[in-house]
Amino acid sequence: MNLNFFMQNLINALQWGSFYALIALGYSMVYSILMLFNFAHGDIFMVGAYIGLGVSLVLLKIVGSGAAALVPGWVVLVATILISMFLTAFVGIIVERVGYRPLRDAPRASAAITGLMIGIILETSNILFLGGQRLAFPQLIESQTYNLGGVFITNKKIMIVLVSIGLMTTLHQFVTRSRWGMAMRAMAYDFVVVPLVGVPLNTIAVMTFAIGSALAAAAGILFGLAYPVLDPYMGVSFGWKAFVAAILGGRGSIMGACIAGFMLGFIEIMTVPGIQIVNRLFELNIGSNLRDLIAYSIVLAILVFRPHGLFGEPYSAKLRL
Amino acid sequence: MALLRVEHMTHYFGGLRAVHDYNLEIEAGQIVGLIGPNGAGKTTIFNLLTGIHTPSEGRILLDGRPINGLAPNRIAALGLGRTFQNLCLWRHMSVLDHVRLAHYARIDYGLAGAFFGTARRHRQEARIEARSRELLELVGIGHLADQGVLNLPYGAQRRVELARALAVAPKVLFLDEPTVGMTPEELGQMMGIIRQLHQQLGLAIFLIEHRLKMVMELCQRIQTLVFGEVIAEGTPGQIQNDPRVIEAYLGKETVD
Repeated sequence: MNLNFFMQNLINALQWGSFYALIALGYSMVYSILMLFNFAHGDIFMVGAYIGLGVSLVLLKIVGSGAAALVPGWVVLVATILISMFLTAFVGIIVERVGYRPLRDAPRASAAITGLMIGIILETSNILFLGGQRLAFPQLIESQTYNLGGVFITNKKIMIVLVSIGLMTTLHQFVTRSRWGMAMRAMAYDFVVVPLVGVPLNTIAVMTFAIGSALAAAAGILFGLAYPVLDPYMGVSFGWKAFVAAILGGRGSIMGACIAGFMLGFIEIMTVPGIQIVNRLFELNIGSNLRDLIAYSIVLAILVFRPHGLFGEPYSAKLRL
Repeated sequence: MALLRVEHMTHYFGGLRAVHDYNLEIEAGQIVGLIGPNGAGKTTIFNLLTGIHTPSEGRILLDGRPINGLAPNRIAALGLGRTFQNLCLWRHMSVLDHVRLAHYARIDYGLAGAFFGTARRHRQEARIEARSRELLELVGIGHLADQGVLNLPYGAQRRVELARALAVAPKVLFLDEPTVGMTPEELGQMMGIIRQLHQQLGLAIFLIEHRLKMVMELCQRIQTLVFGEVIAEGTPGQIQNDPRVIEAYLGKETVD
């Protein structure tokens, strides 16, 4: 495997990893404060992508497209991302309010299946309202390919990775610098003391769902730019894989979710050239359709050696009354 | 009028009557002690007053304002600060962050401020940090402000809890067995700090404590709780000589 080939795959891995990391953050943040996995999160990613589609179509209608457009495509893109993040945050808030809050003190298994139900409701509502056919995501910016010494990079890939890292940095700032972020970190340890120092639990819970959903929406739009076909079930496999990233990162760890997201992208992408090398060396004929099998076996092996994930701590029950 | 007043508070856990017809008055600047055997319901009373549980019956008035039924965070913001029998710290946060977060209710910069670092946010955060450091100095651990709480010795961890409780600017400070598990040396320091808080800040304090010597020395008034009922209330002298208290609680112990 020569260096160019490796770099090419690395860039693809960074792009895939961005999607996983952004979605995994939502799982991790909600888990760390409420001790529940929001299994509807993959479908919130799907809803975010569709909201992005709707917003971008409306914006394109207003400002026009092509040469006659009032503003350049990237302005529409930035506006689409921001507006869709805002709108999808409300989807997350509704999911928390309707689906999870009534079950705050219920067994965790009940909350988990609630997530699955909400996911199914979101998927089938999409089919109900939009007919279930695949929809094309408008290409808001001109695709350009740069040749850097034999490595081909598109402007979209660069943009996707930079926007993702930008969002993660912003989140990090928020969590470490603001009072809400500090409250989120404290809530990762208990439900009892945090309110007794004046912090409203429900406000923090709602905020966590809103932020997680907004990040999923950003992932949905970025995904739509890279792979411009949306379908109602796009959130299912993506959701599960991002969930794997959240576990791999360590339950509840924000840093872990980001790094594991990128790592998962890397493992998935690199498995294909890996298979080719093994085939050539040992004259085998392993198909690249075994990619996920092999990639997730690697993940499984990592978890055997690090059962708490990369940045997780040994499980300890959270203080609650 | 009493700063904290509890009238006829009764609480049931399912069919179990945990607290029965409990009354309390704490005046400004007073230290009141609550003693009683294990399982008498002392911590339950703290939990009821701080809003973790809502009492089945009765009224709680803080500064004349009814607070029963309010969410714990509202009650804390109105002026009840508390420490815990078992240490309840946030393991991976620094000492300073514990105290800073307890200022939550009095921060009023918005989301935009959090993201873009407005001047108002900077002013507030600077003020909160300064005040947090002052509180840590007050409880004698100013030099540990930037440590993680896990690195501290036990006695210092208890002081972090104390500083955190003070940060909500309590009108009444609730201390749930502040010296449990402490060495004699740490115990002496903690008593010194409680006295200092009482004298310097004029705080009213409500204290659960098992070490009778400490209760007798610190408190102006003591309640004795047995099976969720106050069986005796009075000055340390009265309590020490009350046959009901001796029978119910001090029976096997001697007061030194």
